[in-house]
Amino acid sequence: MLAFLLTLMLLLGIVIVLAYAERKVAAFMQDRMGPTEAGPYGSLQSVLDVLKLLQKEDIVPAAADKKLFKLAPILIFAAVFAGFAVIPFTPDLIPAGIGIGVFYLLAIISLDVVGLLMAGWGSNNKYAMLGAMRSVAQIVSYEIPAGLAILSVVMICQSLDFQEISYQQGILLNRFPGLEFEKNWLFGIEALGINTTNIGGITTWNIFRAPLLLVAFVIYFIASLAESNRAPFDIPEAESELVAGFHVEYSGFRFAILFLAEYSMMVLVSLVAVILFLGSWNTPLPNLTALKLANWTTGTVGELSGVLWGGFWLLSKTFVLLFLQLQIRWTYPRLRVDQLMYLCWKVLTPVALGIVLLAGIWRLLMV
Amino acid sequence: MEKSSVQHKTGFWEVVKSLLSGLQLTWRHFRNADKRRAPVPVMDESYFKQPEGLVTLTYPYEAIPVPENGRYRLHNEIDDCIVCDLCAKICPVNCITIESVKATEEIGMTSDGTKKRLYAPVFDIDMAKCCYCGLCTTVCPTDCLTMTPVYDFAEVDIKNMIYHFTDLTPEQAEEKKQLLAKQQEEMAAAKSAALAARKQQ
Ligand code: SF4
Ligand code: SF4
Repeated sequence: MLAFLLTLMLLLGIVIVLAYAERKVAAFMQDRMGPTEAGPYGSLQSVLDVLKLLQKEDIVPAAADKKLFKLAPILIFAAVFAGFAVIPFTPDLIPAGIGIGVFYLLAIISLDVVGLLMAGWGSNNKYAMLGAMRSVAQIVSYEIPAGLAILSVVMICQSLDFQEISYQQGILLNRFPGLEFEKNWLFGIEALGINTTNIGGITTWNIFRAPLLLVAFVIYFIASLAESNRAPFDIPEAESELVAGFHVEYSGFRFAILFLAEYSMMVLVSLVAVILFLGSWNTPLPNLTALKLANWTTGTVGELSGVLWGGFWLLSKTFVLLFLQLQIRWTYPRLRVDQLMYLCWKVLTPVALGIVLLAGIWRLLMV
Repeated sequence: MEKSSVQHKTGFWEVVKSLLSGLQLTWRHFRNADKRRAPVPVMDESYFKQPEGLVTLTYPYEAIPVPENGRYRLHNEIDDCIVCDLCAKICPVNCITIESVKATEEIGMTSDGTKKRLYAPVFDIDMAKCCYCGLCTTVCPTDCLTMTPVYDFAEVDIKNMIYHFTDLTPEQAEEKKQLLAKQQEEMAAAKSAALAARKQQ
């Protein structure tokens, strides 16, 4: 229960910061100023927006399928929020430390699609219907390259547990029960004979441990943009053609929930990318002979310093990825539907399949 | 040579390169966000030479100064106005309304030494109709009708767009009218008396 509340608060905080950042970043990239009036530099703008939304009337269209319409936002948010349950925030802080976290996450996020379809269908609106269908088509197809990219990580790490995957990517490797005698080698190749177990830092991140995961990371990142309906894959919400896509009929609190779910999804996919590829809560600074940078910036597990450092690194890496998502949104034009499907089925999926195969071979080099 | 410049670049690395250069562009703008355009007037040398930074001006707090010969809200210095009605006649949209009352004696002098002989109980300019052509200011013999640099004077009620420049209250105007009527009566009386006197001769 406590974990639930804490995660919810944390998520709300991040989403509010993100909504503000989105507007400021967009403005700066277009040589504008963004919000300036509410609070210092307009920083209270997104808080005020939420308050405004909560005061608005909750309109349910007369011709809507009322049950579906009312239930959909809750289902969408619940599906995304449930994903946070298996995210390890620090070395010893994880809302639900289950052994098949990766599998659970992929499964629970797919529920999101059902909610989207309910919202689009229930609205009894053509824009909403079109948006929902595009959204579902897009999310279902992009789950395949994303899933394959994640699979390659799972093959390298030989684990479905997010926490175990996190421990493998840093100097705390041997502290995880069951991994006491594991060793990290440079690029994961034992034959090179460079032991990086105690060097840690960036050298033990998954994209460094097995450099081919860098390709998997790019694939996952592109697919995750599509899964969270972000530009350049935002045809489900294309403002200029569909008004707002599946949530066009929503207002007030229900719209706020959908909005929250959308931004939570962005945060979630970035968190997963960080955990699987970019060293999770591990510090990026390696131990260099005398300079024990990694030790200094990891803190002591089980104490406050470990929690703070872990949370700091995880969140700062996540924010870098989130910033990249924002920047991409304000840089690239929207893809056409056929281009979207082309990219998914003819480019990303075959490459991801190849990566899975190579990841298996790489794993053989690692042991 | 010319042909190759229009040729579309294709291939994986070209695409990656163009994607990266796109990101570079937005990143450059993001990095320059700490710079701001200075609110310099258009006459300034640097007006067209500020390629970087945010272009937004937070208008009510800062504004670009307007050129000196810009044509904005009119102002009439009623003390210098000789109520010659030239401005009202030249105005292409008839937005100046002047009523004049002859004074019984000389009222005074304008600042350029012209004698004032007329009161203006009504001197209204309807800024909502005005097209800011500036003709009235050029014909004004005493240069009392001028353009000010004020351009932000929107009103909620359109009636407020009519500016009253008269310095007489309605009572004063009434008084002046009666004075004039009285003087004219006296003059008429004097005239008829003189006429009668001449007839008797
Ligand atoms: S500026 Fe032109 S339109 Fe306006 S009052 Fe003068 S003459 Fe009339
Ligand atoms: S032209 Fe000038 S002096 Fe004559 S009435 Fe108009 S404002 Fe007065």
